Amino acid sequence: MAIRVEDGIALYRAMFLIRRFEETVAEWVRAGLVPGFVHLAIGQEGAAVGVVHALDGRDVVFSGHRAHGHLLARGADPARVLAEILGRAEGVCRGLGGSMHLVDTAVGFWGATGVVGGTIPLALGAAWARQATGGVVAVFFGDGASTTGIFHESLNLASLWRLPVLFCCENNGYAEFTARAEQSPVAYARRFAEVYGIPSAGVDGSDVEAVFEAARAAVAEVRAGGPYFLEVEVARLSGHYEGDPQGYRSAEEQARQWARDPVRRWRDALAERGVAEEALAAVEEEVARQVEAAREQAQKAPWPDLTVLNHG
Amino acid sequence: MAEWTYAEAIRQALTDAMAEDDAVLLLGEDVALGGPFGVTRGLRERFGAGRVLNTPISEAAITGFAVGAALAGRRPVVEIMFMDFITLALDMLANQAAKLALLSGFQQAVPLVVRTQAGIYHSAGAQHSQSLEAWLVHVPGLAVVAPGVANDAYRAVRWALRQPGPVVVMEHKGLYGRRQAREALEWDPQWRPGPQLRRPGRDATVVTYSAMGETALAAASALERDGISVEVWDLLGLSPLNLEPVLESVRRTHRVLIVHEAVVTGGLGAELAARLQSEVFDDLDAPIFRLGGRPVAIPFSPPLERAVIPSAEAVAEAVRTVLA
Repeated sequence: MAIRVEDGIALYRAMFLIRRFEETVAEWVRAGLVPGFVHLAIGQEGAAVGVVHALDGRDVVFSGHRAHGHLLARGADPARVLAEILGRAEGVCRGLGGSMHLVDTAVGFWGATGVVGGTIPLALGAAWARQATGGVVAVFFGDGASTTGIFHESLNLASLWRLPVLFCCENNGYAEFTARAEQSPVAYARRFAEVYGIPSAGVDGSDVEAVFEAARAAVAEVRAGGPYFLEVEVARLSGHYEGDPQGYRSAEEQARQWARDPVRRWRDALAERGVAEEALAAVEEEVARQVEAAREQAQKAPWPDLTVLNHG
Repeated sequence: MAEWTYAEAIRQALTDAMAEDDAVLLLGEDVALGGPFGVTRGLRERFGAGRVLNTPISEAAITGFAVGAALAGRRPVVEIMFMDFITLALDMLANQAAKLALLSGFQQAVPLVVRTQAGIYHSAGAQHSQSLEAWLVHVPGLAVVAPGVANDAYRAVRWALRQPGPVVVMEHKGLYGRRQAREALEWDPQWRPGPQLRRPGRDATVVTYSAMGETALAAASALERDGISVEVWDLLGLSPLNLEPVLESVRRTHRVLIVHEAVVTGGLGAELAARLQSEVFDDLDAPIFRLGGRPVAIPFSPPLERAVIPSAEAVAEAVRTVLA
């Protein structure tokens, strides 16, 4: 069942924003403007947008180290997210967190983490405490998290206590620099969910519509009571971190992955469904202007001073 | 005056806090059954399964769960059954609980309490006996308290449940049955877990905490028979560390001995010695002396177990050294 055209355009706008945003960060990394480590979600936009658009204002999102896309999909101000990535006072966390520690409670984004798997149990506790709101908690992590102890402890507990948590595993086939096959004999993390009695599904992350539909079904199950595990198979079109020379995978494989670009695929799908080229170009121009304004605002933002540390 | 035990004082503090504030909840392994030392006995019956949560053996997940519940406005009290097992929850404590307030630009707060118990008692063995407070006080954003007597244990738990950030309450398994005259404890929100004077004295100051307070008092009694007057301070709060009254004491006695059960190498005594010398160096008539656990895994055999931590005799001997 195809979604409505206006919803489809909204998905495209959200994905295109993440793509342009991440390209900006990549450009700034190459120019030496970005402090610290950044992990880009280029290629994984379909997962972020498809899942987050299935949530509503009652719901809360946690993420991992590759979190820019999830926060933007949730509706954060791109200028303030960019400012955070630059370590500026106008950043969503006043420059104290950076790319790996984004939080914006105003949009229901409760945290990302630099420790793989680290936010998974936080999602459980938040979900337990917020049950009366009817909200669910979605937590994003990569397939690399599925080999950590905290992942297994958390799946066990979430199932035992029937917690309203949507586990969203973005399986991009790599844990940092090492392929999934060298990390685990279990190719798909959702197999673990089955063992813990958590209903699960896998979906192609290069098809945002499929992700959105799968996520809507998943969220409905979670709202009805109990966890759900959605594994989104995505292409990581960038390296583990920005600047990663990716010596561990061939140029051919990297090129092949681009066939799974969710942004391009969805643009083509919308065009096939009769959305005019002008309409798509208008969305792209609007996003480009938004990102351009965000770039200017973030670069002009002041550095925080030490007094911010006294706040607590 | 009525007496209560250290364990009863903690149970009363949890009961009073839960009765006052619906946001307070307990979770941990066997807490619904009272735990191995009976500290939480009866709380599940009184407050229900929705506020006293028995958990699987998953220290990391239950601590992380508590962090998430705290982010959502609850006040979870996690019990880590033995302090040795806090190793399994350290990522959640050090990388999540302690840091999220700052990393979020102070959008978030983590009002989490972790209760755990440490120390040597009845040959619990090398993985059920350690005092690991030095690891925790090294983490900015974590508060640590280590009550040595029942009344302080009550106040420390009440205080911990009023803090905006995470607090570890380090209990001592050897103290749970210790009785003390119960003070009329109207909860005073101005109270802070600072140094408590256990015994006034003139000749030397002993700075200690947790169960070593008793050992230090026993040593002081023995030394009194030889005409040596020892002042004993129980720190109670380990992080943040308020040393003002202790500094005052050292300025009077000019001699100081630090005693803790934890391994002496890299222990809290090193931090205390460094701070003391920077504040009262000119008042000291002798080097600052530290006495702590031997740097070995705690052996099982009862005489060996007793031998690896400071005894009252060893404390008395160390005081004589400081006075020499």
